[in-house]
Amino acid sequence: MDIKPVSFKRVSREESASFDRSVIDYIQNAAAHGLYEIRGMGAKRKLPHFDDLVFLAGSLSRYPLEGYREKCVTKTILGTRFAKKPLELDIPITVAGMSFGALSANVKESLGRAATEMGTTTTTGDGGMTPEERNSSKTLVYQCLPSRYGFNPDDVRRADAIEVVIGQGAKPGGGGMLLGQKVNPRVAKMRTLPQGVDQRSACRHPDWTGPDDLAIKIQELRELTDWEKPIYVKVGATRTFNDVKLAVHAGADVVVVDGMQGGTAATQTCYIEHIGIPTLAAVRQAVDALEDLNMKGEVQLIVSGGIRSGADVAKALAMGADAVAIGQGILYALGCNSETYIQDGQHLSALEGYDALGTQPGFCHHCHTGKCPVGVTTQDSLLEQRLQPDVGARRVKNYLKTLNMELTTIARACGKQNVHHLEREDLVALTLEAAAMARIPLAGTRWIPGFEGP
Amino acid sequence: MERMTFDLASSSLTEMNTFLHKGLEEGDKRHISVLNPDGAHNIAVGLNQPVTVEVHGHAGYYAAGMNKHARVVIHGSAGTGVAENMMSGTVHVKGFASNGAGATAHGGLLVIDGDAGLRCGISLKGGDIVVGGSVGSFSGFMAQAGHMVICGDAGDALGDSLYEAVIYLRGNVKSLGADARFEDMTDADYATLAELLSKAGLEHDPKSFKRIASARSLYHWNADANQEY
Repeated sequence: MDIKPVSFKRVSREESASFDRSVIDYIQNAAAHGLYEIRGMGAKRKLPHFDDLVFLAGSLSRYPLEGYREKCVTKTILGTRFAKKPLELDIPITVAGMSFGALSANVKESLGRAATEMGTTTTTGDGGMTPEERNSSKTLVYQCLPSRYGFNPDDVRRADAIEVVIGQGAKPGGGGMLLGQKVNPRVAKMRTLPQGVDQRSACRHPDWTGPDDLAIKIQELRELTDWEKPIYVKVGATRTFNDVKLAVHAGADVVVVDGMQGGTAATQTCYIEHIGIPTLAAVRQAVDALEDLNMKGEVQLIVSGGIRSGADVAKALAMGADAVAIGQGILYALGCNSETYIQDGQHLSALEGYDALGTQPGFCHHCHTGKCPVGVTTQDSLLEQRLQPDVGARRVKNYLKTLNMELTTIARACGKQNVHHLEREDLVALTLEAAAMARIPLAGTRWIPGFEGP
Repeated sequence: MERMTFDLASSSLTEMNTFLHKGLEEGDKRHISVLNPDGAHNIAVGLNQPVTVEVHGHAGYYAAGMNKHARVVIHGSAGTGVAENMMSGTVHVKGFASNGAGATAHGGLLVIDGDAGLRCGISLKGGDIVVGGSVGSFSGFMAQAGHMVICGDAGDALGDSLYEAVIYLRGNVKSLGADARFEDMTDADYATLAELLSKAGLEHDPKSFKRIASARSLYHWNADANQEY
């Protein structure tokens, strides 16, 4: 008589929660190659975010404004603390710092043109300022990064504001990275590097250490620009309450806080997913810090990291931000992860390009390879032509315009004649996590977990 | 040649710096004396004309930072980041220099008669640095291009993660950094070194120096990427 082994149908096909297929794949890749994974974009895991907040708009107890007709101001002024020439933007939505090197020159030109038409700013990124960018962007923020690649006092003088970058939401504590395939002759020359090297930027600034030094560094930039230009300090969100206070102490006009959903062109996946705190928690800590120092309104706050829609912008502003910066959203607007790219009005398939990278539209994070199938994050002379500046400029302008319309329509529904009048009181939270992180009551209750009251 | 004096005991640093940016003409070669610097930070930053600035005393952080075209002489010691990100011109420190001297300099010549602190020439991008004395640890870290001449000794991790910059060392080094190695001096090295020593007014024999450059084994992070088990 045959003895059959006992078979439990369910258990024999049960996937482990701790070691699911993606974890097994990760471990086996590590075992095969002895290398960590590098990729582009931001955290992919689900995080408490602005989606977990909703607005309480006008009704009987509050008075809404007409959604399309009544005035709703979006003007935003940045750099009022010390700069003789603060920036006056038409909208509170800016384009985040992204480097030439990560992005092609065509993309940089598209961003500059779109931002100029919308009355907002673009920001340079690691690797210096290109003429394409300076000429197309009316108001350009020039980053001073640890690497100082291509950093040039003439460009400091040409800039409209300076942003001292301490860290980035995707990789606080980590330096920049540009793999060899993107270090083409022009990029190499701008960064004074041998062509094709895997460029790994420093994570600390070369000429200062700590907040007291930073105060002197900021003063140097002010002296150099005769106290005219606003100086931003950008931090990746970690110990945000303390970092924002120290940035203010060091003399920043504007503090930029980048949460962990913020993107990157290339960094270790273990940084992207495991370092930093969600944007939602970071905004609240940053606003707390400014209020604690009685600097709210005097030092402006720009928030970035996973801002996608006008609703996200409205929520960031209601929580106390003065403006937002968008990186990945802008890339998607340009056609990132689209099935097609546009050449002279024709949509052409990019699917072969995704296939070659072993991915598909909707999942691609292969910015680090420089083989972007839609010509956005590449330095390849053929691929970069897939993004034509005219098309890119129009698409980014449309995107920014849509966001601004959504923002104002939400503000009007909340009865605000100025988007900067949105306030925390306009928001409630849908989840306990969001309520605790944003310190905004759970919808239908007065409950904020972990908060004892003022 | 026109001469002028700023006394920082009676006029403000910002006034002086603003004049040096906006009060000079294109190609201005005047001679400017700075009295009573008293360790002030950011003296003569962002110069953009071929003037000569003599600082009579000690300077604080970032003296002559981001210099272009100008010749700056500090008759005293300099704080952190002297001549940082210099593009061209010369900066001469008669005394000692603190940390990060000549950091990220893209061009020009920095001469330090005395010793320099930690991270001298960090991320150097094409400038030249001559140190009459010794340098502290982590000097030449990630230096990308240009030359460092060290007439005395060097601390730990000299030339760590070097790119294409070259270091000439006369004394002893406590330790070399990752990827830095001693190499044989070539005729071109002797010529470069002799010229830098002469510009700095130093009479050492170029034959008494050793060359340190990158082994270039860190240029590609995934050196083992092709392994597949």
